[in-house]
Amino acid sequence: MTAVQTAPVPRIRVPRRSVAGELRAIKIVWQRELIRFFSDRLRILTSLVQPFLFLFVLGTGLSQLTSGGTGGLSLRTFLYPGILAMAVLFTAMASAASIVWDREFGFLREMLVAPVRRSSIVIGKCAGGATVAAFQGVIVIAIAGLVGVPYAPDLVLGVFGIQLLLAFTITAFGVMMSARIKQMQSFMALTQMLILPLYFLSGAVFPASNLPTWLAVLNRIDPLAYAVDPIRRIVFSHLTLAPAVRQRLDAGMTWGSWRVPTLLEVGVVAAIGAVLLAVAIAEFSKTD
Amino acid sequence: MTRTAVATTRLTKSYGEFEAVRGLDLTVEGGETFGFLGPNGAGKSTTISMLCTLVTPTGGTASVAGHDIVRERDEVRRNIGLVFQDTTLDGYLTAEQNLRLHAGLYGVPKSELGDRLRQVLDMVGLWDRRGSKVNTFSGGMKRRLEIGRGLLHSPRVLFLDEPTVGLDPQTRSSIWAYIRELKQAEDITIFLTTHYMDEAENCDRIAIMDHGRIIALDTPEALKASVGKDRVRIDTDDNEKAIALLAERFGLEATASEGAVTFFVEQGEKFVPTLFGEFPLPIRAVNVARPSLDDVFMSYTGKTMRDAEATAGQRGRDTMAKFRGVRR
Repeated sequence: MTAVQTAPVPRIRVPRRSVAGELRAIKIVWQRELIRFFSDRLRILTSLVQPFLFLFVLGTGLSQLTSGGTGGLSLRTFLYPGILAMAVLFTAMASAASIVWDREFGFLREMLVAPVRRSSIVIGKCAGGATVAAFQGVIVIAIAGLVGVPYAPDLVLGVFGIQLLLAFTITAFGVMMSARIKQMQSFMALTQMLILPLYFLSGAVFPASNLPTWLAVLNRIDPLAYAVDPIRRIVFSHLTLAPAVRQRLDAGMTWGSWRVPTLLEVGVVAAIGAVLLAVAIAEFSKTD
Repeated sequence: MTRTAVATTRLTKSYGEFEAVRGLDLTVEGGETFGFLGPNGAGKSTTISMLCTLVTPTGGTASVAGHDIVRERDEVRRNIGLVFQDTTLDGYLTAEQNLRLHAGLYGVPKSELGDRLRQVLDMVGLWDRRGSKVNTFSGGMKRRLEIGRGLLHSPRVLFLDEPTVGLDPQTRSSIWAYIRELKQAEDITIFLTTHYMDEAENCDRIAIMDHGRIIALDTPEALKASVGKDRVRIDTDDNEKAIALLAERFGLEATASEGAVTFFVEQGEKFVPTLFGEFPLPIRAVNVARPSLDDVFMSYTGKTMRDAEATAGQRGRDTMAKFRGVRR
């Protein structure tokens, strides 16, 4: 045992609660997500497998069947905006799952007994998940050249902004669920059940126009659709396409016959994110 | 330092019909090492959770370090350190990263953090391992790191919930050596729970808990003296009959537990020859012992701690541990 008590350290005084203290707590929780993500290289790799699989294997394979349907546009290029959303979707869900792990491994309690607001912890967690997911998104943005999409600054920034927002909303959703669902197995089952329907209905893999009514309705109520559509608009605005092809592949989100503007779509994602965050904070602020 | 560290008045917690803690009254003075002893399910952890502001009481009041646990939750949290039954470290981070994270959450001033970090890591003997990931630590090292982390922000009261559960005996005693050492180094009150009788003897005072109530509260010596008598255990072929005979011939109240007959008698060594001389049944083995805290528990409840656990939780200690593992 090393009893080194030569120079006594003055008693630490824990400061009173303050805005600065809360901001520091958010930063701490956020930082922890980043430290954990970047120390887990395997996770970075595995979470990229699925987007790449969809883009290159499915995109290449199916293009033999659909070359007529895309009006000469490579199917990979058509799928690319959806893949930009997908990269974020999967990683953000995985980040949200980490709060369930935190509960199972006990670390959540360390955060919950700290003299900070629960909202700081939830916000830090969501910000961390969003950052990590957006990082994965950047990797997918980086391969734009491989599918014939130019690296225009407004495209990169616009897509990145929407990815960040989408990542935050999905993490908030996951964190909200994790307040109730306390076991990893149940949480996994739930996300598995939700992710693919959300993804397929969003119009990430097919144009959301000229759908049968039931599918069109489901597409309109899928929150993910409001992130996929603006990403596609931004990407397609940098492609040179015949007007007829553009109309078929990038008809855009409509309510009735009204084409929903991009800003409103982004607003829908942001509003859903804000509501989910508020519910998550309320759930975590409860005590037994 | 004689300020009151913990005070409770009729502190109660019920979950629906079930009363986990029933009207607890106790006072712990500053600087004391106070132990909560009792079987699993006695209400120890629920009490600690209430004092740490993780669970809201359904009745009564309590204060920790002079602050009300419901109305001044933040004040309480700033003044307590916590070591839970199950580890709450982040295994993917290093020991130092875990401590820095804690310091950040508690707002430990940056100018003092470096020295304090070194001090607590030295105290728990982990300075050399500060750069290692916690996942690579043994159970004992993790527990030491948690104790160090609990001390980092100089709390007034350190709560240790079963600080040595699941550790081997050697590690358990080394954890106790660290706890005793930190009592010397820090001006601190320690409030701990345990279901190990031998560990409770390290405390200045002990409250014995059963079914959500304190059934005895005193120093370990006084508690043992209150039993007064020595414990005699005998092994016979017919325990039922032996109990009846002990009552009939010697006026002794005996109980059967764990396959043997136990009773308390003054000057046990001297009683044994008399017993052998006059007892009609063959006695296969006999054991005389000075009263332990286990006997204190038994003299108040009529059962051993192990029996109490078997009936209280309807499951053994092992399944309890498994259950806890999942619930975390």
